[in-house]
Amino acid sequence: MGRVEISHICREFVKEDGSRVVALSDITLSIADDEFVSFVGPSGCGKTTLLRIIAGLDKASSGEVRVDGSLITGPGQKVGMVFQEYSLFPWRNVISNVAFGLQMRGMSKEERYAIARKYISLVGLSQFEQSYPYELSGGMRQRVAIARALATDPDLLLMDEPFGALDAQTRNHMQCELLDIWETKKKTILFVTHSCDEAVFLSDRVVVLSPRPGIIREIVNIPISRPRDRTNKEFIDLRRCLLEMIEDEEREEERIKCKSGNL
Amino acid sequence: MTGNLPGLRSPGFTILSISALLIFWQVLADEIVQNRFILPSCTDVIIAFYDLIVSGTMTMDFAISMIHFFIGLGLSLLIGVPTGIVIGWYPIANRLLDPIIEIIRPIPPLAWIPFAIVWFGLTDLAAGFVIFIGAVFPVLINTYEGFRNIPRIFVEAGKMLGCTSNAALIRFIAIPAALPHLAAGFRVASGVAWMCLVAAEMFGVSRFGLGQKIWWYYNLHQMDKVMVYMLILGFIGLFIDYLFRYGMNRTLLRWRQGEVN
Repeated sequence: MGRVEISHICREFVKEDGSRVVALSDITLSIADDEFVSFVGPSGCGKTTLLRIIAGLDKASSGEVRVDGSLITGPGQKVGMVFQEYSLFPWRNVISNVAFGLQMRGMSKEERYAIARKYISLVGLSQFEQSYPYELSGGMRQRVAIARALATDPDLLLMDEPFGALDAQTRNHMQCELLDIWETKKKTILFVTHSCDEAVFLSDRVVVLSPRPGIIREIVNIPISRPRDRTNKEFIDLRRCLLEMIEDEEREEERIKCKSGNL
Repeated sequence: MTGNLPGLRSPGFTILSISALLIFWQVLADEIVQNRFILPSCTDVIIAFYDLIVSGTMTMDFAISMIHFFIGLGLSLLIGVPTGIVIGWYPIANRLLDPIIEIIRPIPPLAWIPFAIVWFGLTDLAAGFVIFIGAVFPVLINTYEGFRNIPRIFVEAGKMLGCTSNAALIRFIAIPAALPHLAAGFRVASGVAWMCLVAAEMFGVSRFGLGQKIWWYYNLHQMDKVMVYMLILGFIGLFIDYLFRYGMNRTLLRWRQGEVN
């Protein structure tokens, strides 16, 4: 389970002075069960907004999102999310953070702690279950955040630049761990990132968005079998192709900015 | 400048400064002022303290003051915390209540004493009411501030995990996240409450009380006893503050160790 239908999503923001900014314009996309899809694009292309709309944290101006056929109207039970910032509750220790979603579903303490322990061991932090977030490193915190999002067994996992704040080495390590989890748990994952390398390494498909208004510029299939080798020629070619597309967009942006600056 | 002196944290410095103060006080009173009414000396106060222990009403005064203090502080929490939560969580409540609060808040708590007496008579409740007025605003404002400063990420993370109703969000996300602010408000409130206590008791709401005794012994021109009660008020205030800070940090706010704020 975890099929996502995004149809004709538009999102406009009204600025203080009354002018309108179109963040997303007519986004239509189908994502299959258990697929791993990344969203890349220059800043301001609306990739985070799109993810927030799918999560139900933001409302589309028009269009709809369905997960397994049911319409998303607000933050729901079937969708889990991992944020870029550290979103762990600092007043709860690791196990209590991971068990939070189950607590909200009214599960007894023993039951939910038993499940939480399974997910904590899945991300390799069993000896830290009593620790508080401030005692953990950045990578460990994001592992706990992943465990917490998975603990309620959502069909769809949304990840908004979850490894953006981590150093390069930890990041590569986390990517491998995420793929392991994805292969064992079988979830649909939508992953927003700035890094083309990360997108090619992880995804079945990469959606390239272009800004003002946010539209889908291209969808790139990544046909390389896993585990992927970053130094493989096919890998490098795909990464270059994505980078060029994004740089292209950024140059275009600059040009528009300069032009409007001159006016 | 800092940290280079050996044992800068040693209690020796505290002992040194307090002994210096006591000696200075004794010399000042005995040699310069030479008038027990204007400035009783350190030894006078110690003797007065002993007399009061043996034949005074100190326990009763302490008990009555505690009753006043806890009526006031208890009421301020009972009313300040929920009001702060409501105006912090619902913007409409903020718009409606904020003007009222801003008009009442600048009135000094002691200005309420006449009405406290008219409404509640010369009772413990009247003293409690004046203390309540002093303590309720720090509690309310800090609760409100705490609620306003809850990082949005915690609320959104909570929603994604199925914590969606206002009641659940307030209980599981907002209150724990705002707890450091609540604790700060509570601490300020207990300080203000302690100050209001003395004034509230001076108006004869009861025959006992630490503040009441200051006025009582002043009228009897026994300034050494006035000084004893002053010092007792200071030490209890210090103790309450200490209890609070350490109690909170060790238990409810343990998770904040190491957090940068």
